Amino acid sequence: MSPLSLRGLTKSYGGQRVVDGFDLELEPGRCHGLLGPNGAGKTTTLRLALGLIEADAGTLELLGHALPAEAKLARRRVGVVPQVDSLDPDFTVAENLQTYGRYFGLSAKTIAERIPALLDFAGLAGKADAPILTLSGGMKRRLTLARALVNDPDLVILDEPTTGLDPQARHLIWQGLRRLIAQGKTLLLTTHFMDEAERLCDVISVIDHGRVIARGSPRELIAGHIEPHVVEVFGEGLDEWKACVSGLCRRCEQAGETLFCYTDDPEKVVAELEAAPGLRYLHRPANLEDVFLKITGRDLRD
Amino acid sequence: MYTLDSRLRGNDVMNWFPVWRRNFLVWKKLAGPSLLGNLADPMLYMLGLGYGLGALLPDVGGVPYLNFLAAGTLAYSVMNSASFETLYSAFSRMHVQKTWDAILNTPLDLRDVLLGELFWATSKSLLSGIAILLVIWVLGLYEDFALTLVLLPVAVLTGFCFAGLGLSINAVSPNYDFFLYYFTLAITPMVLLGGVFYPTTAFPAWLAAVAAWLPLTHAIELARPLILGQWPQGMLLHAAALLAYGMAGFVAALGLTRKRLLR
Ligand SMILES: Nc1ncnc2c1ncn2[C@@H]1O[C@H](COP(=O)(O)OP(=O)(O)OP(=O)(O)O)[C@@H](O)[C@H]1O
Ligand SMILES: [Mg+2]
Repeated sequence: MSPLSLRGLTKSYGGQRVVDGFDLELEPGRCHGLLGPNGAGKTTTLRLALGLIEADAGTLELLGHALPAEAKLARRRVGVVPQVDSLDPDFTVAENLQTYGRYFGLSAKTIAERIPALLDFAGLAGKADAPILTLSGGMKRRLTLARALVNDPDLVILDEPTTGLDPQARHLIWQGLRRLIAQGKTLLLTTHFMDEAERLCDVISVIDHGRVIARGSPRELIAGHIEPHVVEVFGEGLDEWKACVSGLCRRCEQAGETLFCYTDDPEKVVAELEAAPGLRYLHRPANLEDVFLKITGRDLRD
Repeated sequence: MYTLDSRLRGNDVMNWFPVWRRNFLVWKKLAGPSLLGNLADPMLYMLGLGYGLGALLPDVGGVPYLNFLAAGTLAYSVMNSASFETLYSAFSRMHVQKTWDAILNTPLDLRDVLLGELFWATSKSLLSGIAILLVIWVLGLYEDFALTLVLLPVAVLTGFCFAGLGLSINAVSPNYDFFLYYFTLAITPMVLLGGVFYPTTAFPAWLAAVAAWLPLTHAIELARPLILGQWPQGMLLHAAALLAYGMAGFVAALGLTRKRLLR
């Protein structure tokens, strides 16, 4: 059984289709990423998937329960890390977990037994009695993750779990998420970070304007959508050089002061660049960000 | 895997309780100052006006002014407590802290959240009522002790009524400033027309007719006779009116908050 199955999901706001014929079939025990620019419809899709809002069209099944009719029942087995922090500022770390656990109908004893492991998992051991106000942004995010696990869910839904965190804090969260995957939990996460998606996700759906525009494993997406090599060129005389190089690579794109040359044969481009002393360049393998920019465009969204 | 068995549906009836309990636990942390606030403000009103104004007044309706004022203060205090809780406090939970959003991600739904808030505000306002009742007992501002015990359910009904109304205002409020309109346009007129500080018997017929519809009037029509040692006239009608206002407010709150948060 698929932990979450969405078919033909559609949702409009003020005549604008924010989710537009969205299909998704999660595989148990896998991490699925929704990657999309601001306003692509990621959060709206998650809210639909939780049965919080009603779709205009489409069918949804969450952990074997039809939505929205059985949403409350289905949510017993789901953990949610929302995009915006919603910890209780009046409670300590442990009290936050206790209170949240009670919303699932768990007994005080069950929750109390789970708290040490949850705090350990979140790297918050010893912080049980700390007030929320004393926690750093990374700690709050980790506590939110621990809170999402208080009901020992089968499916964990995470809306931009690491936005706004420093690299150390992000790595800690990733570590936790990998452990969840290893435990056999199914993950559905949204993110703006290509490296996050590349590291964590078995399958990525790139979405824009509420539609899936590409889907596959990170490798498949890179292999299927983009040339394997990228040479980024910047510096004096870029404009003149640009005119003569276009034959050497399959695709060139300028973004600001940088020219991105996508090619199967980087040596020729690099040789050409060696002869242009004013220019600097960076040669690297293509990554998910290149795919993302290619298929969603470079324009700013809001 | 869970199934939709009757036991689970039965549990649903008490789903609001963890929400009530969450608010209770937060309140408990600050119970001292909160209780003091419950008591100090209405007490100052009652004592200041009661003795200050009371000294200038002959008996009102055959009783000392302070005794007359006690019922008004009780209803007023319960109304204020329920209103503040469902406006400012509930708004910060809903809008600022996103507490409701967090709860909605669990097996609870909006009805559970709002019922929890409704019953919590009712409980808290009952506490305000009890605080005033203690003052009434200590100062001996009553005729028949047994009848003053009936003020407890009256406080519950009054709290319920204003909690329901408050939640519906909360649902449409863009910010804290909005609540000032409610206080200026609804609460204050009710205080002035509902008979908190003076009897409304001298009102011209049209004004009396308006006043008769106000929720606070119903609360005072119940509370005042009980303090003055009589069973209220039209008791069931007043009780039903408070209940109806509260329920209408709650139903509106549910629809409006759903529109606000879950669309
Ligand atoms: N309740 C709502 N009412 C009206 N418009 C909405 C509502 N919720 C979302 N939208 C609009 O739908 C679009 C998609 O929003 P959504 O929050 O799903 O995007 P997102 O992909 O999560 O974006 P971000 O990366 O910024 O979080 C946006 O244009 C947003 O303004
Ligand atoms: Mg979002």
